[in-house]
Amino acid sequence: MFKWLDPYAKSETLYHFCGVLLPYLMISSVLLLLLGNIWGLAFTPPDYQQGDSYRIIHIHVPSAIMSMGAYAFMASAAFVALVWQIKVAHWAVMAIAPIGAVYTAIALITGMAWGKPMWGAWWVWDARLTSELILLFLYLGVIALNGAFSDRQVGAKVSSLLTLVGVINLPIIHFSVEWWNTLHQGASITKFARPSIDPSMLWPLLISILAFAVLLGALTCLRLRTAILVNEQHRPWVRKLVGG
Amino acid sequence: MHFSSFTDFLAMGGYGFFVWLSFGITYLLLAGLIAVSVFQQKQFKQQLKATIAREHRVKQYQEQSI
Repeated sequence: MFKWLDPYAKSETLYHFCGVLLPYLMISSVLLLLLGNIWGLAFTPPDYQQGDSYRIIHIHVPSAIMSMGAYAFMASAAFVALVWQIKVAHWAVMAIAPIGAVYTAIALITGMAWGKPMWGAWWVWDARLTSELILLFLYLGVIALNGAFSDRQVGAKVSSLLTLVGVINLPIIHFSVEWWNTLHQGASITKFARPSIDPSMLWPLLISILAFAVLLGALTCLRLRTAILVNEQHRPWVRKLVGG
Repeated sequence: MHFSSFTDFLAMGGYGFFVWLSFGITYLLLAGLIAVSVFQQKQFKQQLKATIAREHRVKQYQEQSI
């Protein structure tokens, strides 16, 4: 497997590979998001308790799940960067961090807009909300730490380390609704049982989750390409590509 | 279609403000992230192109003056 993966650690190969994937990922993510959201907004029945306000679920849950998915993705890259000292992996960490931060911000903001009509408050210091807020700070911390050292190698190492330490927050977020008494409702799909959501509402939700996942891939490709160009700007192949 | 009219759809059973606020901010943030990422790459390519062209001119000038 490593023999097969090895060429992709080479930045030039990866740059072109990402370039091939990018248009497909970008277009399919936009189409999936439109399909999932229009379906969820207009063609599903209202919730029996929450009426039409529950339709926020079609962006809240995808962004929340993928804010954690992005972190797991970023942490895998950080692990590779630290263990095998592969520079491209660290550039991937830095490419994913802003995407994860935006997803987390979306999850928090849509959660607030959902909490206000349902709970009567924009924000409560509850376990789920607080741990998700910490996830946002982790993303911002990784971005800040990477640029905080005059020696970029040190910044890369320290930010990758913070990423790995922050992984502990993922199970805390996931199980926060079980471990503590909370206003936040329990999991409806990410559990080892039948989803406690009607199929008519589940399908558009799954499509929107897929859309956020594909968009994560697309944005990672796009941002990683920029990072490769910036970091390899003195290499002949970049010079030829950009200047020629 | 679950709603009987477009006005009904916009009203979202009285939760229109919260629903459209959520979706509006989401699309705004996602579009912003995509735009910034595209712009950063474009800008860097232009910058690097200018740098390479400048280096090329300097080299030519040096060769002439020798």
